[in-house]
Amino acid sequence: MVGKTIKKYWPIFLLPTAAAFCIGFLWPFVWGIYLSFCQFTTVSKVTFVGFSNYAKIMLDNTFSHAFWLTVLFAILSSVIINVMAFLIALALTKKIKGTNVFRTIFFMPNLIGGIVLGYIWQTLLNGILMSLGQPLLALSATNGFWGMIILLSWQQIGYMMIIYIAGLNNVPGDLIEAAQVDGANSWQTLFRIKIPMIMPSVTICTFLTLTNGFKMFDQNLSLTGGDPQKASQLLALNIYDTFYARSGPQWKGIGQAKAVVFFLIVVVIALAQLRLTTSKEVQQ
Amino acid sequence: MKKAISVLVSAAMAVSMLAGTAATVSADEAAGKVYYLNFKPEADEAWQKLAAAYTEETGVPVSVVTAASGEYETTLMSEMGKSDAPTLFQVNGPVGLANWKDYCYDLTGSDIVGNLTSDAFALKDGDMIAGVAYVIESYGIIVNKALLEKAGYKLEDITGFDALKSIADDIQARKDELGVEGAFSCAGMDASSDWRFKTHLANLPIYYEYKADGIDNTDAIKGDFLDNYKAVFDLYITDSTCEGAELSAKTADDSRAEFADSKAVFYQNGSWEYSSLSETFSDDDLAMIPIYFGVDDENQGLCTGTENYWCVNNGASEEDIKATLDFINWCVTSETGTTAMANDMGFVIPFTTAQESPNLFVKQDAEYTAAGKTPVSWNFTTMPSEEWKNGVGSALTAYAAGTGEWDEVVSAFVDGWASEAALAG
Repeated sequence: MVGKTIKKYWPIFLLPTAAAFCIGFLWPFVWGIYLSFCQFTTVSKVTFVGFSNYAKIMLDNTFSHAFWLTVLFAILSSVIINVMAFLIALALTKKIKGTNVFRTIFFMPNLIGGIVLGYIWQTLLNGILMSLGQPLLALSATNGFWGMIILLSWQQIGYMMIIYIAGLNNVPGDLIEAAQVDGANSWQTLFRIKIPMIMPSVTICTFLTLTNGFKMFDQNLSLTGGDPQKASQLLALNIYDTFYARSGPQWKGIGQAKAVVFFLIVVVIALAQLRLTTSKEVQQ
Repeated sequence: MKKAISVLVSAAMAVSMLAGTAATVSADEAAGKVYYLNFKPEADEAWQKLAAAYTEETGVPVSVVTAASGEYETTLMSEMGKSDAPTLFQVNGPVGLANWKDYCYDLTGSDIVGNLTSDAFALKDGDMIAGVAYVIESYGIIVNKALLEKAGYKLEDITGFDALKSIADDIQARKDELGVEGAFSCAGMDASSDWRFKTHLANLPIYYEYKADGIDNTDAIKGDFLDNYKAVFDLYITDSTCEGAELSAKTADDSRAEFADSKAVFYQNGSWEYSSLSETFSDDDLAMIPIYFGVDDENQGLCTGTENYWCVNNGASEEDIKATLDFINWCVTSETGTTAMANDMGFVIPFTTAQESPNLFVKQDAEYTAAGKTPVSWNFTTMPSEEWKNGVGSALTAYAAGTGEWDEVVSAFVDGWASEAALAG
């Protein structure tokens, strides 16, 4: 019955989303790739220039620094966020009082936008650095980098925690019971039963944190703005900077070309990671 | 499948109906309309009022949208890509024009160009007049005269850089006795505010170098006057209300607030600050003095010029271009327009029909010029890029905090100029 109705009315359900996807994602994406081969100031007047934008990506010497910093940032933030989120999820699936309150509180930072968080944390961290007599965020690349790690962790641990909690709740109770009957201690239960059983959650979480780390923009812009001298500039901000901070129409296309390269890198890394973690997943 | 097709057809119909209504609306606007993307947030309110007055008088719809501070280029880029693009926009001078010259309507022969007091206020690209300056502004060091007198000095005592330095040092040494926190309000180096130093103060070494070399633009700055730049900046950060290490987190708003609260005697900024400062101070308590640079102090006036050029979008429809030209000409010639620009916005406009502005700092600029001083022209419009300014700003911030050396400022200034000029070419 339901199947028949769906067969009849599928366009009503599918078309709005499909249209939104095309208008909001597919079309701009195709345009974006085309623009990377063009010289332009606004998207209504463009001149095709071929691959010359790609040849000029390294021209201003900022791309490779931003790239390696982003790699370091993405890996470090993913590890910290996932480990912390998993530990908190473990703690909050033990039947202790007030778990729901804690879950809500840990999740809340996620509801605030990155730009706002960036400015709030800038004030907070600068206050701490000042009282420690340390150089402020905009003056020290190391402080800026760790500031971004702290900020992103604070923001995302709650979200990943929810995913891990859902995974842990789905570990069948009889499996754990059977393990205990067989004499497994709590470490063995954790590493031999729980972690293998929640590999799908690990896959999702590492995927999200890695790509989020690579794509991070707002927090970078508002917390450090790339200071000092672009030393804390991640890739997304580098692209934005190329696009807007330079004079002359040629830079828009170069920024666009950087963005396409950036996209390819993120896709390759995300796919590699997906393949790696999905292979570790087990069937119940 | 039939159902699917009928859904598609009705969707297509709905879309075409919408398009139909849109077409009727634009037919009604045959008389043209004006869409002004305004650069100056502080003048937004006045522009909205003036636009409404124009619509009331002529029936031509004028919408004014103001970009957030520091976001003009980004806003302009996205707005210009739309089908309903701004008909009137701004560029900041020759470097800004490089991005937009393909979008500028040639103003040669238009009424507004005919009303300019001097050809120098027309921004040219080859033979074409791409923009007209619509406001002349001055900046210098704003002085709280009441506090200065309390410290035992008169405005006339400040005759040059050395005098300024000794007075500032003295005020700084006696700050507790005088009830101030420092001689200069904090030199806020937050990215939103460091333009006071990376652009405005940096204009002086460029001005003197151009003057010495007899040029008005260059691909390679030599930095001959950077020692003077250092001396002035050192003065700002040592005789200051706060530690150099804190400056990276301070904004121009913090700085203005300190000055308005009488916690500092000196404050580097421009004539656009008059409207907000005059809420706190009477004209008798305020003055603007030149940023003495230790080069030619007897003859140096305020830094006076413009980075505000109106450009008309050549992609707009003929009616809209005409409506826009009429609007800007009305702004600078009609009674209502010139009154609003002089009084509400506090502008001095370079047009023969201008009214006198009550802006104290602007009047002082005229007095300095009348007394035989030479105004310092605005050469920062020739700085090679935003990128260059950011590099200098970042190096200055690090220098002020003690995490960087002055050599890095010099290198950002000189080497940065050459590399950015090469990249822009």
